[in-house]
Amino acid sequence: MHFNSFAEVLHMGGYGPYVWFCFIFTFALLIGLYVQSVRKTRQIHQDIRESATREQRIKQAKEADLL
Amino acid sequence: MFKWLHPYAKAEKAYQLCSTLRPWFGWSSLSLLLVGTIWGLLFAPTDYQQGESFRIIYVHVPAAIMSMGVYAAMAIAAFIALVWQLKMSQWYIVAAAPIGIAFTIIALVTGATWGKPMWGTWWVWDARLTSELVLLFIYIGILSLYSAFDDKAVAGKATAILTLVGAVNLPIIHYSVEWWNTLHQGATITKFEKPSIDASMGWPLFINLFGFALLFAYLACVRMRNEILLHEQHRPWVKQQVQAGG
Repeated sequence: MHFNSFAEVLHMGGYGPYVWFCFIFTFALLIGLYVQSVRKTRQIHQDIRESATREQRIKQAKEADLL
Repeated sequence: MFKWLHPYAKAEKAYQLCSTLRPWFGWSSLSLLLVGTIWGLLFAPTDYQQGESFRIIYVHVPAAIMSMGVYAAMAIAAFIALVWQLKMSQWYIVAAAPIGIAFTIIALVTGATWGKPMWGTWWVWDARLTSELVLLFIYIGILSLYSAFDDKAVAGKATAILTLVGAVNLPIIHYSVEWWNTLHQGATITKFEKPSIDASMGWPLFINLFGFALLFAYLACVRMRNEILLHEQHRPWVKQQVQAGG
């Protein structure tokens, strides 16, 4: 390990705020992109399932009318 | 090779390929990024000129290289989309562009944050920084153009043309540090000679670079699956797939 204590790790030789901001910003943005992508998948699945049940309902209603 | 590739022009096959590759890309990317980041932050030696601030390299350089790599892949897809009229490659452009935007923003923001302590300024309008900013605008333009058309077949074609034209910016970004006077340093690893970085600092950089590349591959699989489902939602195979929960 290059550093001797946790305080030194945070301090980063005086560049702490710059270094830590860069790493936190990078991974926050990437995690945000991941969450957005996965949420969209879930949304699309839900929409497809809903439209499938709607089609099913319409089909059933039409069949009931015919009887 | 083309005989082997050909089935993947079909949406269902492409969807299955993305589903198969996704977990491999995801887990390998996560482990590489963990190793590379921890190694880079805690174990790599200090730079004799820049002190600890050089550790920003471990996110800045991979993001910057990938911002151009993602674009290069999009430009190849655009060429394929225009020449062979493959819908899959049109959709790929739309799936990949947001990931490219994220990498470009990361490169710009971490670059500015690195510039402040080292150059004394957040931003200068020099060749490297400006051309990277133009890359961001091209990415945003590609997505805006795609969403401006209601007819997605036309949108896909127009987007492919813009993507191909925008590729002219890539060599400009890469050679900007040689062609013009700039605050930005020259290439360290993206050149044909031996990288001018010591192995003790270079290893975590290369590990993170591969981590970023695999993360792109993972996110591209996830987003490509979304695009395929969106475009093919009225097909029976999609309905079966979704009902089965996959």
